[in-house]
Amino acid sequence: MLEFVVRRVLYSIVTLFILSATIFLVVRFTGDPVALMAEASARPEDLDRIRQQWGLDRSWPVQYLTFMQNAFKGELGKSFNYRLPVSELYFQRLPNSLTLGLVATLISLLIGVPAGIISAVKVNSWWDNVAKGVALLGLSIPGFWLGLVLILVFSVWLRWLPTSGAGDWRHVVMPALALGWYFAASMLRLTRSSMLEVLGSEYIKLARLKGLPDVVVIAMHAFKNALIPVFTLAGVNMVVMVNAAVIIEVIFAWPGIGRLLYEGIFQRDFPLVQGVVIMAGFMIVAINLVVDILYAFIDPRIRLTR
Amino acid sequence: MATIPANTRLASERAAAGRLRLVIKAVREAPQAAVVILGGLMLVAIFADLIAPHDPTLPVQGAKVFDPPFWMEGGRAMTLLGTDFQGRDILSRLIHGARVSLIVGLMGTLVAGSIGTAMGILAGYVGGWVDQIIMRVTDAWLALPAIVFAIFLAAMVGPSMWNIIVILGAVYWTRYARVIRGEVLTLREREFVKLAEIAGASKLRVIKRHILPNVMNTATVLASLTVGVVIIAEASLSFLGVGVPPPQPAWGLMLSEARSTLMAGQWWLTVFPGLCILLVVLATQLFGDWLRVRLDPQLRNL
Repeated sequence: MLEFVVRRVLYSIVTLFILSATIFLVVRFTGDPVALMAEASARPEDLDRIRQQWGLDRSWPVQYLTFMQNAFKGELGKSFNYRLPVSELYFQRLPNSLTLGLVATLISLLIGVPAGIISAVKVNSWWDNVAKGVALLGLSIPGFWLGLVLILVFSVWLRWLPTSGAGDWRHVVMPALALGWYFAASMLRLTRSSMLEVLGSEYIKLARLKGLPDVVVIAMHAFKNALIPVFTLAGVNMVVMVNAAVIIEVIFAWPGIGRLLYEGIFQRDFPLVQGVVIMAGFMIVAINLVVDILYAFIDPRIRLTR
Repeated sequence: MATIPANTRLASERAAAGRLRLVIKAVREAPQAAVVILGGLMLVAIFADLIAPHDPTLPVQGAKVFDPPFWMEGGRAMTLLGTDFQGRDILSRLIHGARVSLIVGLMGTLVAGSIGTAMGILAGYVGGWVDQIIMRVTDAWLALPAIVFAIFLAAMVGPSMWNIIVILGAVYWTRYARVIRGEVLTLREREFVKLAEIAGASKLRVIKRHILPNVMNTATVLASLTVGVVIIAEASLSFLGVGVPPPQPAWGLMLSEARSTLMAGQWWLTVFPGLCILLVVLATQLFGDWLRVRLDPQLRNL
């Protein structure tokens, strides 16, 4: 077990190292940040001064090492535009993204799990076909377009919900639905296949042979075991949603990290963009590591096969 | 002796006829709706210049800005689905937008599929440190949400249709590499590969003759399911202003231009391009699901 944990942690560190190097190199390969920061009329001396000020005159390996050193200390550099540490900006916005991600996760579970269970229990029925249709639409409707249509219906026509910004619960409903919609489909698919697998297993057959009513078999025996992978995926999905909600946050003017990334891109704020993207990678590597270790803890077979 | 060439010609003709029959059979078995939508859209994309009633990048002569679709009050038959904020014909822009979407969707998938399949075969067949390097890069790149990675690359490289194709290829190849590598790992242990190696076939020959043909089914299924994802990704990038640059008629760009007037209730600017994206992606998903069941039973639970 210890060996497994150590190996997984080492892999995660290598992954983060490659990730940060990729981002670092892409930023530096694709243009001179200084030329974009300075005004068009700036003299070469001015450019050099800015370069020196931001430490961009040093060689790439030195810049990368400094960057990594600071990253380990929790400092992601200083934003060009806001003149503030990136980590400060980031952690200001993070709670909003967490709220949005959490509500979206709940919505995806509320849609996906019941629909998945019904379609597994009544497999190949009319219900099952409806659920399959929902799953297909979940993958085919672009989330950001769904957001626009929701604004059109609930804000412009019905005037029930505010179009943008953050505040009370009414602000979070539409962005969370637009964000969670896609993930509801994946929840549905996983719940369905997981339920089908459990329902076909020996211990469920035994429970049925004992003469237990269907409701008890499904609710007490099957449900519990079938939902372990579903909740695991929900946890991973939540971390992904927190980080991948860029367009939804832009459409609804939601002050989260996705919008921070968007602003950073349009202000050519390289340290900010770099920091937000690396944090996204960090969070996802971390959640994957946690899930792997938890699973190995629960199921010894995993420890042996890898 | 004279009969032999005649026979072989007959055999080859029979084989060709057989292949044609197989193709026809496959098309007839495929989900009708998906085939009709995709086929129709391809025709529209190819003949966009002939079909589109107006120039997609110029205002229509005699039309106003924000004309509604023809069935609404103030709409006219000249511009069937209305006009946008510059007085350009929505229908013509949708028709030309199909071209952008399909080119990016297909080419992006081709780039991702080629890189991913090559890398997967290399990692799985060569093994050792080559495998280690490729798989660690794959892990690292998969750790970023695809859309964040794509936005990041697009913002750094700059907007153009061909840049977007390369970027989406670079983002999505990792998914192929992982699946194909797994497949190659089991193929490598199979007897026909072992025998080819014992017979002295070079690594390149084994890959070309024995490995590649056996992973093509998986690669095709993955490709059919990737096209839709790539089309949505392109629309997302264009919507954010880091994709296909204006005045090109891309569906994502049309949605982005419609956003500023959404509050005024000009719904046709938002609804039509989105429906187009929805239809195409739905069709590719249906087609992909069918292909998955047909070509590779093992992938059914993917």
